[in-house]
Amino acid sequence: MDWHTLTAALFPHGCDVREEHQVLTGEGRAGAGMVAVVGTTGHVPIGVETALAQARFILQTVREHPGRPILILVDTQGQRLRHRDEMLGINSYMAHLGKCVELARRSSHRIVALVYDQALSGGFITSGLMADACYALPDATIRVMGLPAMARITKVPEERLAELALDNPVFAPGPENYLRMGGIEAIWRGDLAAALETALQLDSESDTRSALGLARGGRGLAQRVIAAIVAGDDVLAP
Amino acid sequence: MEHLTYIFQGGTRRLARPADVVGVVGSGNLEVLIEAAPLDGACSIDIATAAVGFGAIWEAVMTDFHARWQLMDVRIAINDMGATPAVVSLRLDQAVETILETP
Amino acid sequence: MNSYLEATARERLARVFDPGSFQEFLPPSARVVSPHLGQLNAPVAFDDGVAVGRARLDGRPVFVAAQEGGFMGGAVGEVHGAKLVGMLRRAIADAPDAVVLLLESGGVRLHEANAGLIAVSEVMRAVLDVRAAGIPVIALIGGANGCFGGMGIVARCTNAIVISEEGRLAMSGPEVIETASGVEEFDARDRALVWRTTGGKHRYLLGDCQVLVADSVAAFRAAALAQVAGATAVALTLSALEREQAQLTARLERFGHVREPMELWRALGVAAPEALPLLEADAFVAQVDALRLGGH
Repeated sequence: MDWHTLTAALFPHGCDVREEHQVLTGEGRAGAGMVAVVGTTGHVPIGVETALAQARFILQTVREHPGRPILILVDTQGQRLRHRDEMLGINSYMAHLGKCVELARRSSHRIVALVYDQALSGGFITSGLMADACYALPDATIRVMGLPAMARITKVPEERLAELALDNPVFAPGPENYLRMGGIEAIWRGDLAAALETALQLDSESDTRSALGLARGGRGLAQRVIAAIVAGDDVLAP
Repeated sequence: MEHLTYIFQGGTRRLARPADVVGVVGSGNLEVLIEAAPLDGACSIDIATAAVGFGAIWEAVMTDFHARWQLMDVRIAINDMGATPAVVSLRLDQAVETILETP
Repeated sequence: MNSYLEATARERLARVFDPGSFQEFLPPSARVVSPHLGQLNAPVAFDDGVAVGRARLDGRPVFVAAQEGGFMGGAVGEVHGAKLVGMLRRAIADAPDAVVLLLESGGVRLHEANAGLIAVSEVMRAVLDVRAAGIPVIALIGGANGCFGGMGIVARCTNAIVISEEGRLAMSGPEVIETASGVEEFDARDRALVWRTTGGKHRYLLGDCQVLVADSVAAFRAAALAQVAGATAVALTLSALEREQAQLTARLERFGHVREPMELWRALGVAAPEALPLLEADAFVAQVDALRLGGH
């Protein structure tokens, strides 16, 4: 779904979202009031400029529109793979974006993210995955890395990874798996505006994804490990 | 991966401390977890190894180890990523020496 | 042995912090191993490549973690990440003087793909939660595997980074870039270029690391202690982030067209940039301190 159609569906009461160099910024009118909109399109690789532009918009929102909810729209092929971006410190630009999202949350802005097309690890780890809750459209692709590169780095044959990517929750690149593992709060089908309204009401300042992953059966160990350490236990609860 | 277990009897030395770990599971290396455990005097060694088909060599190295240290009521667990017998013996000895030291 | 680079994670913990003070949470004897490596026929580690717990630093109570670069490159899987998150959440409850993270990691553990990605994201939020609770988070980087990927981002979410010349801090490794964009873009075998681009001295010049030390455990300990003792302005603030926005914008405007890191150093006012990689840590810091970018 292209971002024009998407934002029109999300904001039937109207919206004003612009694109510049594949970065989206703007606002939309939801039931309870205006929502700031920021994100990317065109499967853009997230480089220093893209991270910086999104961060600037979020800081501007915190400065000029206290308490306004923020919707992050995610469509990216991952971090930009260039010597220049590494030299400049792309990890710092990404961290800065993540910190801006965190600041907005602490300043009482609700942060909702929606993967509407593609999301690859580095590209959304400091935007979508930093939200209060991250959602996805049913045919979104969420993955850590393409299979050929993964095969090269892990030394696991590509055929084996492809086999696992078919139905193994750890490897399969769909929103269903991220849902089961607690990485995605829900998949939005049908009335997107209604789904957004519901998301904006959801009250959650703390990171509950590991508990979600356990409850949904997709990530059986993380929450139990966390709970054991917090409780000072040396064994996991069953 | 291959999983091997060896159980030895007749040992006489106990461990001074409950548990310790030595080594790292990297290429050509292994980790050894050594613990005091109520095993009716036995010394049990569990091995998970990425190098398949070397059972006879593992048995020889473990037998030498038990002859050397004669441990009792000890559980040893190994995660191995292709270490040579010499490195395996070294790590096992390091593990025992570390845990027999004054606490 | 004095070298931080050559020490294992546990050796670093034993020697950076006060002797005998490290108390481990969920130690190897708990055998909490990766539930995912078996299906790829890969060996597990009893601590899943990270030791977490509490310790003392010159008598001060701190919570700590040390990633073992020798196991899967220190990469973060489900259990590894959960151990970090557990320690960070417990730190908020126990209120130590600081959290000190000995980072050495390739980032998300690809063998655990989706679980690893969510895990790193949870670590990121947990680090920022600790800062919000007023507890400083200090990162030490000096292992052979560097600090890459999602952990390279986590590092820059901390209050301060102590790095050695041998350390590297970046997002994507040079091999990944070369594979994706060609050897002209980044020759991964040109080690000198790799360190000029991602190594400790370059990051110190950019202001992304607060302290540059020699490769010695004693130097890391001293620097960590100084950072813990002197920590101020721990939580995120709008004005601090606006300042960082301005710095990162200026960095991009000033150096966005630069091809070779030495050009950047020359532009900063370094008289003999080709000599910088050869300088010892103290001499390097003395020479560049007045020239380096503001940082943080």
